[in-house]
Amino acid sequence: MAAYIVRRLVWVIVVLLAVTMITFAIFYLLPTGDPAVRFAGKSPTPQVLEEVRRQFGLDKPWYAQYWHFLSDLTTGDKYGWPGLGFSFDTRIPVREELLERAPRTLSLAFGAAIVWLTLGVTIGIVSALRRGTLLDRAAMGFALFGVSAPVFWLGLMALWLFAETGGGPDWLHFLPGTGYVPFSESPSEWFTHLIMPWVVLALLYAAFYARMTRGNLLETMGEDYIRTARAKGLTERRVVFKHGLRASLTPIVTMFGMDIALLVGGAVITETVFNIQGLGAWAVRATFNQDLPAVVAVVVVSAFAVAIMNLLVDIVYAWLDPRVRYQ
Amino acid sequence: MTSLAGPVESAPLMGQVVGKSPRQLAWERFRHDRAALAGLLVIVLLVLISIFAGVIGKYLAGHGPNDLFQREMTDEFGLPLGPNSDFWFGADTAGRDLFVRVLYGARTSLLIALAATGIAVFIGVVLGTAAGYFRGVADTIVSRVTDVILALPLLLLAIGIAAACGTTKEGCLNGAIEPGLSLVVFIIALFSWPYIARIVRGNVLSIREKEFIESARSLGAGNVRIMFREVLPNLIAPIIVYSTLLIPSNILFEAALSFLGLGVPQETPSWGRMLSDAAGVFDVAWWLMLFPGLFLVATTLAFNLVGDGLRDALDPRSGR
Repeated sequence: MAAYIVRRLVWVIVVLLAVTMITFAIFYLLPTGDPAVRFAGKSPTPQVLEEVRRQFGLDKPWYAQYWHFLSDLTTGDKYGWPGLGFSFDTRIPVREELLERAPRTLSLAFGAAIVWLTLGVTIGIVSALRRGTLLDRAAMGFALFGVSAPVFWLGLMALWLFAETGGGPDWLHFLPGTGYVPFSESPSEWFTHLIMPWVVLALLYAAFYARMTRGNLLETMGEDYIRTARAKGLTERRVVFKHGLRASLTPIVTMFGMDIALLVGGAVITETVFNIQGLGAWAVRATFNQDLPAVVAVVVVSAFAVAIMNLLVDIVYAWLDPRVRYQ
Repeated sequence: MTSLAGPVESAPLMGQVVGKSPRQLAWERFRHDRAALAGLLVIVLLVLISIFAGVIGKYLAGHGPNDLFQREMTDEFGLPLGPNSDFWFGADTAGRDLFVRVLYGARTSLLIALAATGIAVFIGVVLGTAAGYFRGVADTIVSRVTDVILALPLLLLAIGIAAACGTTKEGCLNGAIEPGLSLVVFIIALFSWPYIARIVRGNVLSIREKEFIESARSLGAGNVRIMFREVLPNLIAPIIVYSTLLIPSNILFEAALSFLGLGVPQETPSWGRMLSDAAGVFDVAWWLMLFPGLFLVATTLAFNLVGDGLRDALDPRSGR
């Protein structure tokens, strides 16, 4: 097991190297302007441009810049560890901004994950066990709506209906509007500001999870070992939860790991609609403004999240499915 | 050609027994799926709307998609006014007729989604078949590339490309990729072919081991012939199903890009862009998010219903 984890950690590093290198390459391959000009402001003198380029290392070829980035990342720079450089756009250290924004995205992603996991898996189980009933059809109708409705539309409708500033019926306006309040400032405000984004973001995923749980569980319940379990006299509850669910949840675990990891890299649309200045909104802004250090920082975070979640998923797998062994 | 037929439905006990082709059986199953038929009806309507958007707009509303009615349809603060007898869906923030623009939006959505899906399916089928049929190095390359693409934060990468190629007139890669509809189609196709490739590969892997492939090979058929005449005909069902299911996700992809301001050009009516305009005035202009949103959801829902219906009809084993 230990050797397995070490091997996986080496893989994490390989993935990180690959994605950061791709990001650098794309940034230099698809040029639409000079970041130095942007930074230097209105009609800069050639000397100023020269100085800006030299300070950010923009005068060096991309591989030299990439090397510089790698050594800063591992050993830290003057703003601390890990060294992520200085933003061309917001003009503060990238590390500082990352630490400021990460809690917002994490709050959003993990809160939504709890909502969709509970909602999706529960709906899926009920639907599978009550297959063909009105309840099942209503649940699958909901799931179909969930996969068909875009997050930005649901978000806007929710804001219109429930936000203080919304235009819908007044008696429904019991939630604050857009924005984010840190947990440390006011836990209740943090919560009320996040309810809408959580639910809206979770709906899409809940729909997918409900469909998948239902399909998997239906398939598993047709297996021979379920018949055996029933034949040896187990209660139906035990058959479903101990034998049926366990096998049908493994694909869900994989999906959950990937979904959460990608969201940690930024829930771009949800953050935009609800004006939560997290990593997703930052990445969009940085991409528009060619702020390479910021883009790379978000890419590093999300690649790291993907790799770590993959590792966790594999470990959970071994626990869920005793046939899985690692060497 | 050989075909993997599903289980034959039990023939009526009385009267003559009539043989039915797999296609007839599938159509019979589909015909009894009311949800799928409703979806099909909506799609037909949407196609008609997108073909005749100009005619409908001109004769029913009497406005063009880019005609400005600032005097009639915006108030003293420049905010758009809501639906009335002349402007059924109200006006957008520039004072244009939202009804007409929503109709034209159907054209944009369908055109982009169908083109992108077509390209994605073509690439996916070719690469997926090659990977599954030849295995070895071809399989390793295709599978790793699909794994990587499916694991990337697609929207961020799409934004990166769209921002780099779409914000200036010259485009990027020395003008090889120009901004506009084709850029959006290119981006969507680039990120959606792996789904098809993965499914096709899996199916090819199992089909290539069947006896009829072996017999074709012993008759002297070459690789290309076996792939196109023996393997692919057996894949038509899953390809149709998953292409149909890819269309709604590509419609949403276009809408998302346009919502972020990176999709189609400014003057082209797009549901995603209308919703992005609505975001700025969500507290006063409910019609601006309601109508484009309803059309968008109805469209994706219809394609999803038809896709699910096709899957049930073409693959009786899938069972819902």
